[in-house]
Amino acid sequence: MRTARVIPCLDVDAGRVVKGVNFIGLRDAGDPVELAARYDAEGADELIFLDITASSDGRETVVDMVRRTAEQVFIPFTIGGGIRTVDDARRMLRAGADKVSINTAAVDRPELISEIAAEFGNQCVVVAIDARARRDAADAPADASGQTGWEVFIHGGRTPTGLDVIEWAQRAVSLGAGEILLTSMDRDGTRDGFDTELTAAVSDSVTVPVIASGGVGNLQHLVEGITVGRADAVLAASIFHFGEHTVHEAKAHMTAAGVIVRP
Amino acid sequence: MTDPARPLVAVLDYGIGNLRSAQKAFEHAGADARLTADRSLIADADAVVLPGVGAFGACMDALRAAQLDEVAIEAAVAAAAGGRAFLGICVGMQMLYEGSDESPDHRGLGVLPGRLSLLPATVKRPQMQWNLLDINRPSSLFSTVDDPVWVYFVHSYAADASGADVVATCDYGGPVTAAVERGRMWATQFHPEKSGGTGLQMLQAFVAAAQQEV
Repeated sequence: MRTARVIPCLDVDAGRVVKGVNFIGLRDAGDPVELAARYDAEGADELIFLDITASSDGRETVVDMVRRTAEQVFIPFTIGGGIRTVDDARRMLRAGADKVSINTAAVDRPELISEIAAEFGNQCVVVAIDARARRDAADAPADASGQTGWEVFIHGGRTPTGLDVIEWAQRAVSLGAGEILLTSMDRDGTRDGFDTELTAAVSDSVTVPVIASGGVGNLQHLVEGITVGRADAVLAASIFHFGEHTVHEAKAHMTAAGVIVRP
Repeated sequence: MTDPARPLVAVLDYGIGNLRSAQKAFEHAGADARLTADRSLIADADAVVLPGVGAFGACMDALRAAQLDEVAIEAAVAAAAGGRAFLGICVGMQMLYEGSDESPDHRGLGVLPGRLSLLPATVKRPQMQWNLLDINRPSSLFSTVDDPVWVYFVHSYAADASGADVVATCDYGGPVTAAVERGRMWATQFHPEKSGGTGLQMLQAFVAAAQQEV
């Protein structure tokens, strides 16, 4: 039985949640550990922390956050952002994270995927891919060079790489990625729903689970990510953070639509 | 130093990834849980836990390098004979078998018969999701949880689901071994320490079993 996962994503800066989370009844809406516990209680299947800390001083606070989360939250969680070496990954995993997500560092030096996988196993290596439709090929499944309609971007979406999303996803898996976190830059922040065409194209071309990300505006979008996008998990931030919907509501909606989720 | 109400659970530390969350989960479940490779501490413990994440061969190499392979075998065999409680988790369960197709050159601990084989190609690998347990015979590990029992799995290889010691399976491209029991030796393919409140209840049941006179 294939079951879908619902994964809230928290952006953290120097150990504090940013992008204004608006929950009633939280003592401290900026405390990632308190928020993580709240999502755990609501039925979240996993959590992802995206660390946007710029300074190296702030990195220690992230390790501390991981440590405190692992003491109180007993569902799997992933930490992404700023992990550039095996040592970085080791610190997060030893502190209590279950997986690390790598993005720019994996494109810069793909062997990093193999190195982390060799030491800690494929299951803890998530390769995050920021994808954007090629303007000249958005409607074409593949051009003469075999490239499909999406290009990999790095540095938080600022830098195009020329890499084809499908080819990069397959290469990442062959190097040892255990999961792909796929974000549509075209949809991110739009609330128009996942890019299900992109998601399905990637999900069908790799053997590992794919997390759909970018664009969720309502609960039906979560259903479509699984049924149309054929993703294994759906990531969302704002619809949960701003109290529009609880994870329980999301799962009740998905169950009613025929998607199998843990209640 | 030890609190009689909090049994000492030795979580074998052989240098692999995330062991800290396992230790913290056992503490939540009422144990005095220590990450340790200290033989005298392990000898004094009320229960022994063999965790494991990553590749079968890498875990076996690390366990041998830490000189804990014989310790693990002795603890598991004694538990299977009704002695001190033992729990293997994920690759910690897989290592109890004779071997795995994941790492054909590595021998397992050989406490349980058979080898692990790759999950079918019809499903995504690893199985990285919550799944429902089919409990096929009563186990004290499950004595306090109510159906339906959802637990978190992360694995690509699995033990033969028709084995005599299998107490629970899940469905993932066919029946998959989820938990085994022999005497007071338990092992789970899923991660109880990552299965929320349900998993903590199972760990509490294990800690309670650790406190029973043997």
